[in-house]
Amino acid sequence: MKYLCLIYAAEKAMQSMSKDEGEAMYKDYYAFTEDIRKSGHYLGGNPLQPVHTATTVRVRNSQMSTTDGPFAETTEQLGGYYLIEAADLNGAIQVAAKIPGAKYGSIEVRPVASM
Amino acid sequence: MIPAVIDGIYRAESRRVLATLIRLLGDFDLAEEALHDAFRAALEVWPRDGVPANPMAWLVSTGRFKGIDAMRRRKRLQPLDAAQHMETDQPDDHLFHDDQLRLIFTCCHPALSRDAQVALTLREVCGLTTEAIAHSFLTPAPTIAQRIVRAKAKIRDAHIPYEIPSLAELPARLDTVLRVVYLVFNEGYSASSGDTQVRADLLGEAIRLGRLLLELCPEPESLGLMALMQITDSRRAARVTAEGEIVLLEDQDRSLWNRTQIEEGQALLERALSARGSGEPAPGPYAIQAAIAAVHAEARSAAATDWSQIVALYDLLARIDPSPVIALNRAVAVAMRDGAAAGLSLIDAILIQGDLDEYHLAHAARADLCRRLGRIEESRAAYQRALALTRQEPERRFLARRLREL
Repeated sequence: MKYLCLIYAAEKAMQSMSKDEGEAMYKDYYAFTEDIRKSGHYLGGNPLQPVHTATTVRVRNSQMSTTDGPFAETTEQLGGYYLIEAADLNGAIQVAAKIPGAKYGSIEVRPVASM
Repeated sequence: MIPAVIDGIYRAESRRVLATLIRLLGDFDLAEEALHDAFRAALEVWPRDGVPANPMAWLVSTGRFKGIDAMRRRKRLQPLDAAQHMETDQPDDHLFHDDQLRLIFTCCHPALSRDAQVALTLREVCGLTTEAIAHSFLTPAPTIAQRIVRAKAKIRDAHIPYEIPSLAELPARLDTVLRVVYLVFNEGYSASSGDTQVRADLLGEAIRLGRLLLELCPEPESLGLMALMQITDSRRAARVTAEGEIVLLEDQDRSLWNRTQIEEGQALLERALSARGSGEPAPGPYAIQAAIAAVHAEARSAAATDWSQIVALYDLLARIDPSPVIALNRAVAVAMRDGAAAGLSLIDAILIQGDLDEYHLAHAARADLCRRLGRIEESRAAYQRALALTRQEPERRFLARRLREL
């Protein structure tokens, strides 16, 4: 079963991290990604550019419109994701709990619907 | 004759059969349908052929058969692997036991909301109807039904596994289960709203769940919670008058306290305190609360109560499980030990924090202490605040009476 782990955190707090803190976090992510590659959970994953780069697109009555910014203004923003393979939700939760971002923000775990 | 036997088996065993069918069929709704099909088949077959030697095994294999049949008809679910089929040919007590635990832990899975855990546990583990649950919690039946439907959908779609947690996870997962039982008990002990203080149906279910957990998972905190529920519930007959009016602990006729429940609770508490759980040497919060209840149970009157010991137990509780409500209860015990003034200054310090500003019992406690100290105007204001906050009729009448008597 595939699960998408959406990593939410307060962007401002992340950006105000010191250089050392930022490097430590980067190392944590690197180690975590290596771990879940080895354990076979890893299917994919990426960090995202900050929300100021976001564009929201809609089509209404065949007319496309775009707005600057994310779909919803929230206190924590989507900052990255992992797509993982796990036997069940318990397994997915255990992987999600080890994502370094879980210590700063929140991880939303969503099962991927099979089509 | 035989229908009566079947009825008895339904009441006693249907939840255990359901727990096993959920594992075999992999779906709550399908298992429930299969359960009813199995009992319907029993009503047809048993009067003709006699009651089978092992009725549970008969019901499980018939239910499984009916369930697989329904699955084939619908063709929407995956066929089961052969290993799962084999297991049921000889269902034994060990499997039934594990399936019941699987059901409880799945209904109380931390990925479900607290409300959903409670509703699902009462529905699936206790077998209460949606209407009965709705009635007990004074919630519209469609709301409860929706909670249950959503929870089952999440279990299915997010793949919450039907399993007993591993040893490493067990303490945290058991804690969630115990909290659900405790919540059901508390709502039964003093309803958050409505015409009556006590809801006997919920108390009964909580105690039944507690017993089941004790049988399935006799960890120290399962013992502690059961002890707490038994000793607390022993006062039921003394807590309200025939007219439904509240009688405070200090005014209760203690000869009405149920000695059998107290003795059972005390024995459970001793076991909880002497048990060494999974790496948890100190008594847990339920065992400590049970110990507090036991000190009350041992006292002939409120005045003869060992308040020093109660304060000491609250100190211990506040260290391992700190909360403003525990601080409030401790303050009331201090007032009994050291006098109303000492208790009042503690309560005022708690109220300044703001967490209990909307909690009627905090204001009622303040009102009572002010009354004892002769600070009538402050007492009146606090009783009025408590009265405005409570949603339970007997509490409202009690507070109004106190206000009149000032």
